[in-house]
Amino acid sequence: MIQSSSTQSFAQGHGTKGGAQVAQTLAQKIISRAAGVPSVQVGQVLNCAVDLAMFHDSSGPRRLEPMLKELDAKIWDPQKVVLVMDHYVPERDEDSRKILQITRQVAKQWNLPHVIDSQGICHVVLPERGHLKPGMFCVGGDSHSPTGGAFGCYMFGIGATEMLGVVVTGEIWIQVPKTIEMNWTGRLGRGVMAKDMMLHMIAQRGLNGGEYQAMEFTGQTIQALSMRERMTLSNLSAEMGAQAGLVAADQVTLEYLREAGVQKAQLEGFEFWCSDLNSSQERECFNASVLAPQVAAPHSPANTKPVDAYSDVAIDIAYIGACTGAKLDDLRAAAEVLKGQRIHASTRLMVAPASAKDQRIAQEEGVMQVLIDAGAQVLPNSCGACAGYGASFEENMTVISSTARNFKARMGPASVQVYLASPYTVAASSIRGRITDVREMLS
Amino acid sequence: MSQDPTDITSDGPTFDQIPWSRVWSLGPQIDTDALAPGAYMKFDLPTISKHTLQGVRADFAQGVRAGDVIVAGEGFGVGSSREQAAGVLVHLGLKAVIAPSYSGLFFRNAFNLGLLLLTCPQAPEMKEGQLIKVIGSKVWVAEHHELPCEPIPDFLMEMVRLKGLVNVLKLRKK
Repeated sequence: MIQSSSTQSFAQGHGTKGGAQVAQTLAQKIISRAAGVPSVQVGQVLNCAVDLAMFHDSSGPRRLEPMLKELDAKIWDPQKVVLVMDHYVPERDEDSRKILQITRQVAKQWNLPHVIDSQGICHVVLPERGHLKPGMFCVGGDSHSPTGGAFGCYMFGIGATEMLGVVVTGEIWIQVPKTIEMNWTGRLGRGVMAKDMMLHMIAQRGLNGGEYQAMEFTGQTIQALSMRERMTLSNLSAEMGAQAGLVAADQVTLEYLREAGVQKAQLEGFEFWCSDLNSSQERECFNASVLAPQVAAPHSPANTKPVDAYSDVAIDIAYIGACTGAKLDDLRAAAEVLKGQRIHASTRLMVAPASAKDQRIAQEEGVMQVLIDAGAQVLPNSCGACAGYGASFEENMTVISSTARNFKARMGPASVQVYLASPYTVAASSIRGRITDVREMLS
Repeated sequence: MSQDPTDITSDGPTFDQIPWSRVWSLGPQIDTDALAPGAYMKFDLPTISKHTLQGVRADFAQGVRAGDVIVAGEGFGVGSSREQAAGVLVHLGLKAVIAPSYSGLFFRNAFNLGLLLLTCPQAPEMKEGQLIKVIGSKVWVAEHHELPCEPIPDFLMEMVRLKGLVNVLKLRKK
């Protein structure tokens, strides 16, 4: 057991007592600002002004346009909308071609200034283009929208009808969540990464263990992670049923955002966007130094154990893809294992880099060439097999995948067995043709 | 608006006048891929709903009748934000889903489409094929036997009554 202490409660009084402000969490601070009130209490239901709404080709225009027409309404503020084409690209049949045609046509009709077409997966390209800044209150038409929390934003996923409400009114209701602090100390071992941390946390708390509250990842282990690794944590908060998965901004965040083109002036005062001391309502502590690579067996991300529990499982396909598991750090991790190696004769390795930008950097670093030389097939920068909307696996395949979900029949027919793991573990398994502890290869 | 037949008020229908609902009993963690399989997501609701729960209860999509209810275990609706997962249940005429807990995202989607979700710790006590009555936000397994459910905020019940957020927005525009 890695959990070093039982759940401690740090519940404070809420609201204003005797004129003094009580401690507020990062989530509470952002929600207060968006609701236009000085402070908020857990459980309170409020309307918040939305700073940014993101949607994609599946949840966006094809669903929103008919409803907007029915209401005879317009988008409240096109400047605050980002549209990404990632689910049905590249077109593989007449139906997906039609969906994309509608999406592109509607984007013009609405005069959307921010459209990102076939450049990568929404949760990755959104911060890549500098759209997210600490303290923002955002919604996304996709369940992995908590990814934005890595940048100190309160961002959560909503369905298409609720998105209609947002694009018509610019507002959304929220019940102020408690903040569940996931505090990590110690250094991750070699071959262990954010994906393993998150699979472990999901196994501990279960698929609904986030109780639709706010998770906040804290501690020295988190501070040592790159932005893309932090995004993996926030992204998988969705798999724990949390509404949001937050990491307070620090110098690592600022560096990423400056590089993404965010102006210095826009980041002034970012230090405010953190949780006050001892403000979280619940806290769990973890020790990174004893964490082994983790594997989630079919058909649930909560079905996770350390990798040696599955070392006898032979695999047909190794898949590195999705917003969860194919960002630059993931590609680098795979290349670290695959350098100078060939994948097993009975195994296929597929790599779908999460964004064109990350792929370009990986190319420049020689990472893509290492993967190709090892026998990887490189796929387009899209949701691909993870969404299961078209490109999926054949009958009876056993797959090890760096993606987010292994629900039955998500990534192919019900006979497909999907194991979830880090890109390290996926790469190592592709070499041996069976699920492998990457640490045996990295010494 | 016509009178809501599920609401017993002083001048509303009596217990006897509320129709019985048939229970479809499902397990815990029914996910959105089971409700709205990805391979059919490019199609419209009538098409997706033909495949609802095909991997869990192959007889469901064919056998379900308007007015039936789903009774499930913990975590109903985990997974994707695709609201078609709730939309298919509305399309198939489900009167309500009753479970001890839901995915928060699915919970919002359901009410936005006018689907009633009742949070009921004792839900797993109800059996497949059992007849129950859903009256307002309450579950009755017999005339004098109510299963306690968590209260639902008025604005969400209003969303159910108006059959979804689109109609709420329409009303607000007037």
